[in-house]
Amino acid sequence: MDLVTEITILVLAAFVGFEVISKVPATLHTPLMSQTNAIHGIVLLGGLIVVGYSTSTFSDVIGFIAIVFGTINVVGGFMVTDRMLEMFGTRKKKRPEPEAAPVSAEANGGDSDAAASGGDSK
Amino acid sequence: MIAFAALDPSGGVVGLLYIVAFSLFIYGIKLGTHPTTARRGNGLAAFGMAIAVATTLAQKGIGNWWIIIGGLLIGSLIGAFASKRVKMTEMPQMVALYNGLGGGAIALIAWSEYRHWVHGENLSFTGSVPLDVLIPTLLAMVVGSISFWGSNVAFAKLQELIPSQPMGLPGQKIINGLLLLVLIAGCVYLGINNDLGNLNQPVFIGMLLVAAVLGTMVVLPIGGADMPVVISLLNAFTGLSAAAAGIALDNTALIVAGTLVGSSGTILTLEMATAMNRSVPNILFAGFGSPAAAGAGSGEQRPHQSMGAQDAAIQLAYADSVVIVPGYGLAVAQAQHAVREMADELEKRGVRVEYAIHPVAGRMPGHMNVLLAEADVPYEKLREMDDINPELPQTDVCVVIGANDVTNPAAKTDESSPIYGMPIIEVGEAQQCLVLKRSMSPGFAGIDNDLFYDPKTSMVFGDAKAVVSEIVSELGSL
Repeated sequence: MDLVTEITILVLAAFVGFEVISKVPATLHTPLMSQTNAIHGIVLLGGLIVVGYSTSTFSDVIGFIAIVFGTINVVGGFMVTDRMLEMFGTRKKKRPEPEAAPVSAEANGGDSDAAASGGDSK
Repeated sequence: MIAFAALDPSGGVVGLLYIVAFSLFIYGIKLGTHPTTARRGNGLAAFGMAIAVATTLAQKGIGNWWIIIGGLLIGSLIGAFASKRVKMTEMPQMVALYNGLGGGAIALIAWSEYRHWVHGENLSFTGSVPLDVLIPTLLAMVVGSISFWGSNVAFAKLQELIPSQPMGLPGQKIINGLLLLVLIAGCVYLGINNDLGNLNQPVFIGMLLVAAVLGTMVVLPIGGADMPVVISLLNAFTGLSAAAAGIALDNTALIVAGTLVGSSGTILTLEMATAMNRSVPNILFAGFGSPAAAGAGSGEQRPHQSMGAQDAAIQLAYADSVVIVPGYGLAVAQAQHAVREMADELEKRGVRVEYAIHPVAGRMPGHMNVLLAEADVPYEKLREMDDINPELPQTDVCVVIGANDVTNPAAKTDESSPIYGMPIIEVGEAQQCLVLKRSMSPGFAGIDNDLFYDPKTSMVFGDAKAVVSEIVSELGSL
């Protein structure tokens, strides 16, 4: 892809981002931040590409670390956001202390975030 | 990169699936504009991420599966474990740490991308590294490394591994400026010497280190109360470096996702800076509270009224409307559950209770809302500053708990005050005001608060949690 196309995508994404995100109320700014944390975990893809096409030990190691970091961001970010948003959603349950996190994602790599998303829409 | 590009199907099915993925990110954030839909939005964004990961893994020629699976597994376990264990008061630390991890991953990927050229893994290719690959790679490396180290320092400060007070060397602004110049010079040098035979890895590694020092030095002098701005800014940095890496790797999903995060971080940074009435450069490059303001006013004793929990309870019980103004002191004292109980007691008596939340009440944007939501306070009762200020004159009692500067009327009236112009919650407008506080000591900014000496204000001294619990039991026995 040529540079101009990529910069076009970037600029348009910036406008969309500003438009959408400026409508998020201050009440939800912390979940927004942890959700965007999870989204920038997309650098995981870079790690996958580095390792996937790696021909040197150096790239193996670097890419492995990048995958671990990125996956922590993705899985941890989405799950903790879900935990927070669940608290905002509750009004039926009254007194009892918030129990443990709601999400039951089994941790098996890339699919765990699918599980995190699938299982919890109430 | 060319090796990647040959395999990188930025068109075709992979490209289409990436479009699905980032559309889900955008839609997910859009649903995040309302508390009732936000959770579904988060789930959709997570689903989009799963698509992006699966798509990448399905690309032709991907190998080294054991390393990939191992990395995904370890990362998932750590992430899942951390997300269940983290306390809501610790969210700022967690977000700082995650920013850092993201930035670190990007810097490493950029390094690997650069080495890819140095070590002639592109043997089929002669000539020079195209600048449209080299420049974004360098950008991703520099910004990612700054973000990694800056975030780690922010984490250490929030976790109180190192003192949260501003720390700095004399002339640090000049040092930071020089470090930045070195980085720019390094980028230009590598950009000019971009022949394959000329690539200079020691220079690249040197820049990685200089960026590390710069990231540390920029965040180290920033005090605890400025953390909301810093965390947002680092968030924006990480997003931008991800977008740069996306350009270097020809990966549209990375470009769009990185830009979204960059926008989000930028918006939050600006909002936080506005809420503190300070410019972003001012926060980054000038320590707060160092000037003489800290000393002023602390010496003289001015008359103020104080009352005990019992009187406070009576005053609250016979009010029609009460607005609670929580500050970070409430979070420190872990008083949010006690406050909710107090509100419940009051509502039983027919008192209307609401919460006025200042944008920087807490250590990150929106932090106080999360803490109160955790204590089961319904989000309808969490009112934003601009929204509730006009109603305060009709409010019977304002209860200020662990907040100080964000209620200081000097921000509106005293042009000489360091916080003049900062938007505040105008509790002085209410009929009565109770201030729960340990002592008369000034707040973080070291500025005396005229509110405390207002004839309509009564101080209730003590630990926030203890005092609120006392008020609750007094209310029960009324």
